[in-house]
Amino acid sequence: MTGAIYAEDLIPEVKPSAVITNGTRFENNRATRESTWVKYTVLTIGLAFFTLFLLVPLVAVFYEALRQGMDVYWEALIEPDAVAALKLTLLTAAISLPINLVFGVTAAWAIAKFDFRGKQILLTLIDLPFSISPVVVGLMYLLLFGSSSWLGRWFIDHDITIVFAVPGIVLATIFITFPFIARELIPLMQAQGREEEEAAVVLGAKGWQVFWYITLPNIKWGLLYGVILCNARAMGEFGAVSVVSGHIRGMTNTLPLHVEILYNEYQFSAAFAVASLLAILAVFTLVIKTAVEYQHEKKQGK
Amino acid sequence: MALAGSKNFSVLPGFGPSLGYTLVYLSLIVLIPIAAVILKTLEMDWASFWSTVSSPRIVATYKLSFGAALLAAAINSVFGLVLAWALVRYSFPGKKIVDALIDLPFALPTAVAGIALTAIYAPNGWLGRLLEPLGIKIAFTPVGVLIALVFIGLPFIVRTVQPILEDIEIELEEAAASLGANRGQTFWYVVLPMLWPALLTGFALAFARGVGEYGSVIFIAGNIPMVSEITPLMIITKLEQYDVNGATAIAVVMLVFSFILLLIINALQAYTAKKTGRSF
Amino acid sequence: MSIEVKKLNKKFGDFTALDDISLDFKPGELVALLGPSGCGKTTLLRIIAGLEQSDSGNVILEGEDASDTHVRERQVGFVFQHYALFKHMTVFDNIAFGLRMRPKKTRPTEKQIHEKVMSLLKLVQLDWLANRFPAQLSGGQRQRIALARALAVEPRVLLLDEPFGALDAKVRKELRRWLRKLHEELHVTSIFVTHDQEEALEVADRVVLMNQGRVEQVGTPEEVYNRPATPFVYSFLGSVNLFNGRTEQNRILIGENSFQHEHSLDAGADVFAFARPHEIKIVTDMNADGLAAKVDRILSFGSSNRVELDDLKTGQLYEVSVTTEELAALQLKPGQQVRLTPAHLEVFQSAD
Repeated sequence: MTGAIYAEDLIPEVKPSAVITNGTRFENNRATRESTWVKYTVLTIGLAFFTLFLLVPLVAVFYEALRQGMDVYWEALIEPDAVAALKLTLLTAAISLPINLVFGVTAAWAIAKFDFRGKQILLTLIDLPFSISPVVVGLMYLLLFGSSSWLGRWFIDHDITIVFAVPGIVLATIFITFPFIARELIPLMQAQGREEEEAAVVLGAKGWQVFWYITLPNIKWGLLYGVILCNARAMGEFGAVSVVSGHIRGMTNTLPLHVEILYNEYQFSAAFAVASLLAILAVFTLVIKTAVEYQHEKKQGK
Repeated sequence: MALAGSKNFSVLPGFGPSLGYTLVYLSLIVLIPIAAVILKTLEMDWASFWSTVSSPRIVATYKLSFGAALLAAAINSVFGLVLAWALVRYSFPGKKIVDALIDLPFALPTAVAGIALTAIYAPNGWLGRLLEPLGIKIAFTPVGVLIALVFIGLPFIVRTVQPILEDIEIELEEAAASLGANRGQTFWYVVLPMLWPALLTGFALAFARGVGEYGSVIFIAGNIPMVSEITPLMIITKLEQYDVNGATAIAVVMLVFSFILLLIINALQAYTAKKTGRSF
Repeated sequence: MSIEVKKLNKKFGDFTALDDISLDFKPGELVALLGPSGCGKTTLLRIIAGLEQSDSGNVILEGEDASDTHVRERQVGFVFQHYALFKHMTVFDNIAFGLRMRPKKTRPTEKQIHEKVMSLLKLVQLDWLANRFPAQLSGGQRQRIALARALAVEPRVLLLDEPFGALDAKVRKELRRWLRKLHEELHVTSIFVTHDQEEALEVADRVVLMNQGRVEQVGTPEEVYNRPATPFVYSFLGSVNLFNGRTEQNRILIGENSFQHEHSLDAGADVFAFARPHEIKIVTDMNADGLAAKVDRILSFGSSNRVELDDLKTGQLYEVSVTTEELAALQLKPGQQVRLTPAHLEVFQSAD
């Protein structure tokens, strides 16, 4: 090769994003900057609404949980029914998560990386569980596996209980959390396009190698977020599980159902103590989500 | 070139297995249970179906569920837009935390939200205590249902509007300013028209969620017949009375509504995607 | 390696991307596929690579029909338009990827891979960037890394999709020269797609001009520029002046003027004629033969001088290039009326 020097190798790149120090790009732009009173009115209304509807309920959970002291709080958590409910909740999530994870990745691969007829219909069907009332979902499984259907009778004849038992709870949870991971991955993988995967194939990568070395590293953060969100919903599902569980204490009660039972028995502090566990899960979920988005922005910003 | 990528050919591996698995799994988990409801409905006779779904107590629940969900979605459209605007356009202390907590209703189990809201708005609750002397009752009235649905629906609006707001080219507003428009005019004539599809989508999503919502509502609603009962509760009530047919009839009404709304949402999203070139 | 494509057809729905394309590429050649966007050039490149499948026709690599050979086995190097560098891998790992994907039996040792990658990095003069990530590179550097990655698997053919499309003008020029040199050194049969005529004419040994899924002309840069085979090629390559007229015996009537021609054309047919800006003479004598036009602007900078004129009758714009001496002798002023006489006309009969 020649020893030519390329101008672009010598000039360091200046990143315009580094110039903005405070305020948003809109506030730093004279054309899009609003007068101060508009800004503070919008902020006041927005944040007041936020505080009233989101912040206060979250604080209320922890306040009510600890109102009667740490002892009562702790007592409510180590009570056998609560522990059983926690175990069942973890079991439900542990089964439904991997199943929906495999589905989510598979469906996203088919939809994002290939063109085929009927794709829009498939996407709509995947969204379906989002718009069906959880109570209706519970009823659907009740009808399918209850004693009035032939399938339900077949299971009963073979001594397999689905409804009012753990399998029913797991199935209803799978339905409810069905779209979460797929829905997180599909737009992400569509946005990333197919060029990198095609390049890998041209360079000799086969089947799983393409997914493992190229696709997975690119979607890992989105995948993590999808899993966390799916997990939050799996552990927190109430309506659907309520219908299929039969509310058998210590047997078919998940944490949310346990909260309901305690609340209806006027054991408010205990109810809020168990609820606070779920609220911690929710906050944890949001922290992960924020971290994922931060990662994503950092990548984009480069 | 835009046309790269053929309909039936791709060098990427695994199309057949991945699509096949997707379809099988979708059928097993989603489609067959839905079919179970439809089959069950076909067993019923029309007269008893109709008398169930049109009985006064059930009709009262439609009015509350649909009315409160509509109103909550409308309230959220206004305040959700304000919040989205604040998050995109301004910097303020604690913005990151506010942004993160917007999704709280997605992450917080609905039963937890339900008892928390009740603790706040019950007559002896945090805010209920202050409102009681003024003659304002929230918990155990239809207003309580509305409050719960506002809580549940807020992130739908913020999260559909926010990315669109972020993507609006600053040049468009600069152009409006250079042509003499003030900020109000720019918002009304330039920005808002671009937000309509997203607002409508968010509205429809929040509405659909609100109609079907159960966990966060039943605690604060008080469940007084003809006053503060919601439709999903009626399914539970019928089941507790071992009236499976009645429960199924109500479920069918809700399912039909879900399908219709889903189609509308899809059309809206397709429209938005076409207009803005982004997908959800 | 030689490449041959035979009777390729490809449709996307109603859109015909390739319409019966047959082409020959000789071993060691550097060929440009040139045409406007949507002309099918990228589709043709992707079919040769095996990334796309034609509806009918064959791709023959080194005399062997490769139509059903998977892209993995075709041993082609493909440089994507937006480089498709793996964002999560360093430059080094990007280039090593193809070698590391080989089955155990044929996979080189890590030491051999290291040597190979470093020699490729030296070849593209970026060995100091081995541990950077693609996001930390400039556009031109990414382009060179993408090329090094494609070369790592020792391809028999190098295919480049708009290799300079995403770069700014200055970097483009540098890389153009560099690609030409690199090709002379490696001598791998290479095909690149471009919509930039200057790029195609400057870099390629041969140019394939495509339009609406069809090949308009194949030839060396000189051939296609100086002897365009079709009206499309004429108007696509370089600036050109278009005249509409009709034939009358062995003359062509354009406006009030007529010019002699030696083409075999139907009598009384509508024709259009082309002349390059340097093939037109400006005559200040208004009594002379030629098209009447009005000087609009005189652009003189560097070594070339351009005069823009409006047709007195139709207002059509003409462009004439003149040498500095001629311009000084003509003493043109904006608004001045002159006559234009083409020294050479390429005439085509209208299709209908």
